[in-house]
Amino acid sequence: MTDKYSGRSRVVRIIFIVVGVLFAGRLAMLQLFDSKYKKLADQQALRDVTQYPSRGFIYDRNGKLLVHNEAVYDLMVIPRMVKDLDTDYFCRCVGMTREDFDERIQKARKYSTYSASPFMKQISKEEYARFENKMYRFKGFYISQRTLRIYDRPIAAQVLGYVGEVDNADLKRDAYYKRGDYIGKSGLEKSYEDVLRGVKGTKKMHVDVHSRTIGSYQGGRYDTLPVEGANLYTTLDADLQQYAEELMANKRGCVVALEPATGEVLAMVSAPCYDPNLLVGRVRGENYGKLNSDKAKPLLNRALMGQYPPGSIFKVAQSMVALDLGVIGPGAGFVCDKSLVGCHNHPSATSVREAIKMSCNPYFYQVYKRVIQQGKHKSIYKDSQYGLTVWHDYMLRFGFGQRLAIDLPRNGVMSGNIPDTGYYNRWYGKERWAFSTIYSNSIGQGEVTVVPIQMANLAAIVANRGYYITPHVVKGYGPDTLQREGVGERHETGIRKEYFDIAADGMYDVVHVAGGTARRARVEGLDVCGKTGTAENFGNDHSVFICFAPKNNPRIAMAVYVENAQGGGGTWAAPIAGLIVERYLNGEVKRKAEETYYREVEPCQKLPLSRRVKKRK
Amino acid sequence: MNYQERIRLDWTAVGLWLFLVLFGWMNIYSATYNEATAAIFNFDTYHGKQLVWIGAALLVAVVIILTEPRIFSNGAYLIYGLIVLLLVLTLFIATVTKGASSWIDLGPFRLQPSEFAKFATALAVSKYMSGIGVDWKQNSTKWACAILIGIPMMLVLLQHDMGSALVFLAFVFPLYREGLSGGILLVGVAAIALFVLALLINKFILIGALVVVAGLYLFVWLNKRTTRDWWQTIGVLACCVVFIFSVDFVFNHMLEAHQRTRIEVLLGKTEDLRGAGYNVHQSKIAIGSGGVAGKGFLKGTVTKADFVPEQHTDFIFCTVGEEYGWIGCVVLLIAYSWLLQRLIIMAERQRSTFARFYGYCVASIFFIHLLVNVGMVIGLVPVIGIPLPFFSYGGSSLLAFTIMLFIFIRQDASKNQLL
Repeated sequence: MTDKYSGRSRVVRIIFIVVGVLFAGRLAMLQLFDSKYKKLADQQALRDVTQYPSRGFIYDRNGKLLVHNEAVYDLMVIPRMVKDLDTDYFCRCVGMTREDFDERIQKARKYSTYSASPFMKQISKEEYARFENKMYRFKGFYISQRTLRIYDRPIAAQVLGYVGEVDNADLKRDAYYKRGDYIGKSGLEKSYEDVLRGVKGTKKMHVDVHSRTIGSYQGGRYDTLPVEGANLYTTLDADLQQYAEELMANKRGCVVALEPATGEVLAMVSAPCYDPNLLVGRVRGENYGKLNSDKAKPLLNRALMGQYPPGSIFKVAQSMVALDLGVIGPGAGFVCDKSLVGCHNHPSATSVREAIKMSCNPYFYQVYKRVIQQGKHKSIYKDSQYGLTVWHDYMLRFGFGQRLAIDLPRNGVMSGNIPDTGYYNRWYGKERWAFSTIYSNSIGQGEVTVVPIQMANLAAIVANRGYYITPHVVKGYGPDTLQREGVGERHETGIRKEYFDIAADGMYDVVHVAGGTARRARVEGLDVCGKTGTAENFGNDHSVFICFAPKNNPRIAMAVYVENAQGGGGTWAAPIAGLIVERYLNGEVKRKAEETYYREVEPCQKLPLSRRVKKRK
Repeated sequence: MNYQERIRLDWTAVGLWLFLVLFGWMNIYSATYNEATAAIFNFDTYHGKQLVWIGAALLVAVVIILTEPRIFSNGAYLIYGLIVLLLVLTLFIATVTKGASSWIDLGPFRLQPSEFAKFATALAVSKYMSGIGVDWKQNSTKWACAILIGIPMMLVLLQHDMGSALVFLAFVFPLYREGLSGGILLVGVAAIALFVLALLINKFILIGALVVVAGLYLFVWLNKRTTRDWWQTIGVLACCVVFIFSVDFVFNHMLEAHQRTRIEVLLGKTEDLRGAGYNVHQSKIAIGSGGVAGKGFLKGTVTKADFVPEQHTDFIFCTVGEEYGWIGCVVLLIAYSWLLQRLIIMAERQRSTFARFYGYCVASIFFIHLLVNVGMVIGLVPVIGIPLPFFSYGGSSLLAFTIMLFIFIRQDASKNQLL
């Protein structure tokens, strides 16, 4: 039927056609000529999902597990997907207040309503178990898994170190790490990071908008498998470590115990200690702040970082140098002349052995004088310069004045100070100083500082009668117990074994003979050899003790350092060392009363108790 | 005489309907595909439910074919009245979904009366226009049409369903066919163009450009200028200037915030990829990544992974774009265009004004849906949530569109009989 306006049907039909053609053109632009969208689609729908390898476990020398991993869960949310949520029920299940919920959901919404963001981080397995079977009721929420370090025994925190998120410096240094990755920050976790971490793998996955994977891409053809981190087998004795930590409770200081024949570290305690579980998971940030600002510096590994005046234990090394130089003989006697340097009341020593036993200060003043002023030059200044150079060289051979190449992070090891000629020249000017200026070194005071591991190493040198193996904490790693290059290297002092026998005899007398300074270190049935020290400083004296046992074929050499103890080496450090030696060599300690006493007593002012920080869970 | 023998169905239209419904179902299946619930007759899934709706639509189509066609013209006002009542009722008992209160909860499923209002209004206006002596030139006709269209449109607007309300603008086409001035189409297009330009470029530059155009019209286009030409041109120009300066007010005060951002996103003034711009950005990625021939059935990565919200309803076109590529999209556009052209041809061959007008209504409503829905998905039109006819998931829309189409097919089938 035709009417006046029937021609208009053509106009309508043309409009319809034009829109269709326009759309086809626009689609051609999107689909045929713009490759941007293809790339974007791949980026968001195909994701390289990193496969995190499990970090290697850490064992003690007897195969006891020190560090392992634990699964934790991040509760993620996509605000847009949250539907029909019974908020009160949700809060009850997850265990948070309504206000907390509102705040968190608001934060997530602010980030994005379409993308996933963490709603609640690092939920423990136990917490997750409480609402795992209810997750289906919480639309828009899902769980993503991570692993955390876990320590069944809260020991050796400073040696094990801790793991944390990578920082900018790490990212710059090593392209392996991506933001959000974890890395060893200190201790073994840091020095063996490359071994423990394993190798990340990547999977090309189809992911959905929630970042949930919904299948692998091309059957996993482009995937790389992660390589699990290798386990560390340490030289630590977990029981001994724990025992030593218990004895050092309420004190500041440290204990280092070595196996002399191998250089293996049996125990390394830095007090105050902290529970390594404190630096894991949700509470880490808060606890780290507390520990870091604690005046007692619990994060510091004093065994490697503390630079202390060694005190009288230094006399052992001094006598070995003098004997080797021939400036004294084993039977040399010096009068205890307190006008030279202060001393306690005892008969004058008539031999090196006796001098060590009685720890006579004037004796070692004389010994050191002979080492420094050997009479090779007319000028006492030049003579002292020569003597100090010779002495300095000897000291280095004892492992003093240099970083011991222990397999812990290098920036966590100090060198101590053995002054050389340059040092004094800077202080006083060239040829402006002589023995009279530096005599305090003779008794381990003055400019000399030593790191506790070096003190234990000195005990090991005497135990070995003249050499040491660089102390190390790791026996091996991985299934083949591989070792780092340089671990187990032997260093000779070049001093004759006979002289060390004299030192060992003297150290035996210190503990066992009347007039010895460390009878409290005596253990029934064991021939502990030791040397006390009382290091003067600005506060109360530090109490120092080094020892090894048994006298022949020693199995343990150690140093105990108690800061600001009101009393000498014999009062605090020696009895603690005795208990540790007894525990290690006999397997148990019979002297329960003493054990309890040293565990509980506080030798000095009350410490800021780092153990009072919030515990995880 | 058995009238059934004389009905001649337009099999082209029926065939296109069937193609769109089935292709749509395939895409719903793919868009919401989940290995765990992949069984076709799983009625807990969207594709399973849609299968039920398709069955219902088929049944309704057959029933309509078997019905006496007069029923629809005779009952047009009744149907219209009932639907308007239902729309009013909806305002009071609706469940609010995504800001719109256009759904009535009926237990196992939900009804969207606004979908049915489209064909009911089409029937009513057709009925009115086919009245003896009704002529578009009479003002009473214009008013009557405005009221018939305006009532359901306002009710839908009150439900906060902007998209469905816009669909009522489709009646411009059948009215144009019946004598509405073509100028109104031009004014509409010009208004949209000015609105967009006013938002995009400096208003004074825009006015300057219009003055230049007006000058060219007066001095170059027209050979002789009468006073009337002068006044007309200046009048139009003045209207434009007023319109341009009112754009800001309309934009900032009359539109809701989400509508504002959607327009800004479309014009590229903001790029809120996590918020308002997310849908369109994702749908463009889905479509764009389809390339020439697409990734194949069930192989889409963007749509499959839930990146595109509403992918089985308003954004179903993305799935076509991603899985069947440009070729698939063009095939679908051709199918729709073919249907539209076919409907116009059918309308033109009707002997009754009622059937012709109604045919135009059907074609125009489909056209507006196509224009807004596909335009939105490919980023040419701001996001307005209306379904793609026969394609999107949803029982109300599928049933309503099927009823709308088949009433016309039924009219067409016995067009000769009616005279």
